[in-house]
Amino acid sequence: MKYMLIMRATDEAYAAFQDVDFDTIMEAMGRFNQEMISAGVLVAAEGLDDAADGVVIDFSSDPPVVSDGPYGETKELFGGYWILDVASKEEAVEWAKRAPMTGPGQKTEIRRVTSIDDFPQDNEWIQKERAWRERAGQL
Amino acid sequence: MARAGGPALTSSDESRGKASACVARAGGSALSRSGSGRDAVEAVWRIESARIVSTLARTTGDFGLAEDLAQEALAAALVAWPRDGVPTSPAAWLLTVARRRAVDTYRRRVALDERHATLARDLSESVGDDLLWDPDRIDDDVLALMFVACHPVLSREAQVTMTLRVVGGLTSDEIARALLVPTSTVQARVTRAKKTLGAAQVAFEVPPPGERRERLAAVLNVLYLVFTEGSSATSGSDWIRQDLAHEAVRQARVLAQLVPDEPEVHGLLALLELTAARFPARVRDDGEPVLLEEQDRQRWDRAAIRRGRAALATAGRVGRGLGAYGVQAAIAECHAVAPSVEATDWDRIVVLYEALGRLAPSPVVELNRAVAISMAQGPAAGLSVVDELVAAGRLRESHLLPSVRGELLRRLGRHDDARRELEQAIALCGNEREREVLARKVAALR
Repeated sequence: MKYMLIMRATDEAYAAFQDVDFDTIMEAMGRFNQEMISAGVLVAAEGLDDAADGVVIDFSSDPPVVSDGPYGETKELFGGYWILDVASKEEAVEWAKRAPMTGPGQKTEIRRVTSIDDFPQDNEWIQKERAWRERAGQL
Repeated sequence: MARAGGPALTSSDESRGKASACVARAGGSALSRSGSGRDAVEAVWRIESARIVSTLARTTGDFGLAEDLAQEALAAALVAWPRDGVPTSPAAWLLTVARRRAVDTYRRRVALDERHATLARDLSESVGDDLLWDPDRIDDDVLALMFVACHPVLSREAQVTMTLRVVGGLTSDEIARALLVPTSTVQARVTRAKKTLGAAQVAFEVPPPGERRERLAAVLNVLYLVFTEGSSATSGSDWIRQDLAHEAVRQARVLAQLVPDEPEVHGLLALLELTAARFPARVRDDGEPVLLEEQDRQRWDRAAIRRGRAALATAGRVGRGLGAYGVQAAIAECHAVAPSVEATDWDRIVVLYEALGRLAPSPVVELNRAVAISMAQGPAAGLSVVDELVAAGRLRESHLLPSVRGELLRRLGRHDDARRELEQAIALCGNEREREVLARKVAALR
């Protein structure tokens, strides 16, 4: 079973993170990643660039409103994710607890990654998506 | 910085491995459904078992005792954690409990000899130690654990059981369900295996260079067996069986990290990833197995194929040529990248089966080579290889030979001969589902 660990944090938590020594972060994150690699459970991971450089499209109005920068009213920003291949949700939770996160406003969310097998197989769009996954070697 | 314990950025005060402090701190934070209970204990155990047992085995020098202590710590966790929550540093908690039990055990033995007094002193100093295990040694310790679990003094089934137990961190119940045997059988196997290892005075160590290749082959063989046990089964509770195959893949990944210079480790990993990639397509919704040629290839797990191909490339890069697992992986890769049976590179598969036949000669490999030849060069060429096997009297008891021979005769239009072969295959075949497939082939002959 695949689970995504999603890093979430408030502005304040990200700001506090800026004060932590870069090498310390690299060391802590590197150790965490290495531990999951050594245990044979890590299958994918990506980090996201600064939310301030991102763009948000709000569909509350028509036409939608496009704005620069972070989410605005949303309290938590996504920072990145890991995808783990583990035996149970509990195991994903136990790995998530080992992530080098600390302090108020830091959260990690654990969500099962659906498989394309979860969707109706006779659907034309699912079949097209399958074909793309096959071509691209997409997870 | 605590390695596995608490989050690495917490202050060292918080991650200090005192069991009682850990529990107190976790009490408030781990009350959610996913964070406590038996499932959480078992999840932690899967993550930590190998490092805990191997650390204890090295410090005590006694694998059997280490396993007992680890199980006692697990039992203590099963009582305490559902009640108090999972501690912040579960590994520290478990190791602390186990080391205290070790000290108690040794103190009881002190009267008998001086060595145990020394061990008890050393261990009681390490109880509550901040550093759980030596980061420079833990990899070797886990590797030693894999070797000991697969030690040649143990029977193959004991090796499988011990590997699942100490390296995989599965409970006796889980192993019993996975291997379709009673829990009492698993427990008896574990007890006997520990006795056997103790009696043979097996040292807890990575084997010396001279024995290493051979011992590694045993470890790879056990992982392969665990995988096939999980992947070939259509009986029993399916999900736990797939779990077993998954656990074999995970351990092969671990091993590939520990011995990156051995091509066969990467070869095995590649074979398992590429084979597991076909799982989503190999059983129909009604449980009926689907033959390779009839599988919907779009259902294959592309990410697993990518990982398998990467592992195979690594096996090739490490050098000394591919071994038997690597060659089988290369064959699996030919199928994995082919859009259909017809568009498969059968010439290459023929060459690979020839190589496999030299590395690990067997009539089954020869039969597979015959099938590949029939796909590359036509049924007549395949038939002559099969006939050589018949003439040599190989595979006489197996339904595989007449079933392949029958199929090739059918393709040659010799339907009466084909029917005779397929009926013989039905008579020899022990699997009902396969018999049905053969019977359908006979019925289709005219």
